[in-house]
Amino acid sequence: MYILIAGGGKVGANLARVLLNDDRHEVTLIEQRRDRFERLEHEFEHQVMLGDATEIFVLERAGIARPPDVVAALTGDDEDNLIICQLAREKYGVPKVIARVNDPRNQAHFDLLGISPTVSATRGLMALIEHEVPEHDLVHLLELRKENLEIVEVLIDESAPAAGKRVEMLELPEGSRLISVMRNGRSEIAVGSTELQPGDQVLAILQPGKEDELKRVLLKA
Amino acid sequence: MKALVIGCGRVGSSLALQLASEGWEVTAVDEKEEALGRLGDGWRGGFVLGHGMDTEVLREAGIEEADAVVVATDGDNTNIVIGQVAQERFDNQCVVVRVLDPARAEFYRQRGLRTICPTSVAIEVLLDSVRACEVRPAEPTTA
Repeated sequence: MYILIAGGGKVGANLARVLLNDDRHEVTLIEQRRDRFERLEHEFEHQVMLGDATEIFVLERAGIARPPDVVAALTGDDEDNLIICQLAREKYGVPKVIARVNDPRNQAHFDLLGISPTVSATRGLMALIEHEVPEHDLVHLLELRKENLEIVEVLIDESAPAAGKRVEMLELPEGSRLISVMRNGRSEIAVGSTELQPGDQVLAILQPGKEDELKRVLLKA
Repeated sequence: MKALVIGCGRVGSSLALQLASEGWEVTAVDEKEEALGRLGDGWRGGFVLGHGMDTEVLREAGIEEADAVVVATDGDNTNIVIGQVAQERFDNQCVVVRVLDPARAEFYRQRGLRTICPTSVAIEVLLDSVRACEVRPAEPTTA
């Protein structure tokens, strides 16, 4: 695969290094800062380029018009990552773009502009912490990156608005489904007629970012 | 009519003052407090301290009620993102975005964002000034 990486900081440089361990991959790394570029050049030689990856001529010199199979926008600047992904996908038809989100508050902008998947260290850490805190009301179990979906577990308590309701009566957010209900140690597939009860552990599949909507329907009165 | 000016540097502040003098109710947004000084002591419009990428800052500045939004921070990419947020999330009909790089300005113009490129404008004006001089180049020679 041909992979274009924008941003030669720790994340971008390490990704390039890992990818290049596999002979099947071709990588071009773009770095804007000259000092960083010079250090990277010792290691990556002609596979690293100096320039601002949000400049169209820089992207073109890096071969964006081929186009690459993947463009990974991993700079420390969320605006830049967004623009790189938009240019790659919409101007050059790059089939797969991946964006790093540095400030989780900017996630909404990526979602709004349809840039997905995104990776965020803060979000990843939060998911790990949530998983370690058992009483937390919504636990991330699995991220299906390729499908841009995730599986979460929700505990229905007595005050939950969903308690006592059938699944078909719930106004679940678009892009979400209930998978199964675990009750008294037994698990069954959630269907329209399944009635939720206090104490149920419900597995749901949803698009990342829909957690709050799902929580509102299932948990908050 | 209400106008929001995001980025209150040399361009944004002059624009805010001009719009205010034309009767607009203007709110300026900038992440630096000094920017307020550019608007002068007589400034009667609004000023919100914060970054235009921050949706809460935009709301506080009244983006939901604004009739026009001008995005003129010193970062092209920041402006393009804020412009798209104003247009697509807040459904603003009049969003004007400053983009210094002609290539990005053109790409986003094609996608329906009203971008203004001061670089292209400067090139035009400079070219016109040169052409207006009383001197002419020799006929280009073909090699």
